[in-house]
Amino acid sequence: MSAALDTLHPLVATVVALLIVLGASFALIGSIGLLRLRSFYERVHPPTMGTTAGVGLVLAGSMLLFSVLASRPVMHEVLIAVFTFVTTPVTYMLLVRAATHRDRIAREEVTHDAGQGNGVTVEREP
Amino acid sequence: MSASLLHYAVLIAQVMLAIAMACAAIRLLRGPNAPDRVLALDTIYVNAMLLLLTVGIRETTTVYFEIALVIALLGFVSTAALAMFLLRGEVIE
Repeated sequence: MSAALDTLHPLVATVVALLIVLGASFALIGSIGLLRLRSFYERVHPPTMGTTAGVGLVLAGSMLLFSVLASRPVMHEVLIAVFTFVTTPVTYMLLVRAATHRDRIAREEVTHDAGQGNGVTVEREP
Repeated sequence: MSASLLHYAVLIAQVMLAIAMACAAIRLLRGPNAPDRVLALDTIYVNAMLLLLTVGIRETTTVYFEIALVIALLGFVSTAALAMFLLRGEVIE
């Protein structure tokens, strides 16, 4: 730790510490949810806690700390926050669309194979 | 007092984020399907970005912002490319 932190106001340090720990715990809860839930469509939800609340709180803490240390507003982190908030829904929508597509193909193959096995033709859904 | 408080807060946050990355890595290794693995990789990217931000707070330097930004960018591009690959079997048409 640098010497600049020793002159920091205790209130600012407390708020920054709370924000960082809270953000990290959101990310941790999201990852535990990713590990524990059963199906893929349930597992898509928990990591978004880390990408919204986790990223937002940690970036707010870092923004507050560097703004107080530099005695001027530091706005670098807003870039990362906006970028993460905009791109996360896009990637997850693409991912879920890919998963539904693959699930549908797998289900059609199963019904098709079963139909062939019974000597019955099964109509494919369009 | 402020320095030690921040020191312990950053330490706790880093341990939490390391455990989060380990959970996502287990899902990456175990995940039954390809979308699960891509999702776990994306979670690892986000957690690594948060870990770098906490490292930046610990060292009180702004150098780590740029690295975190690059990681966020690469995470988005790689996850989008992998999702497109899972959807169509090719990335660039």
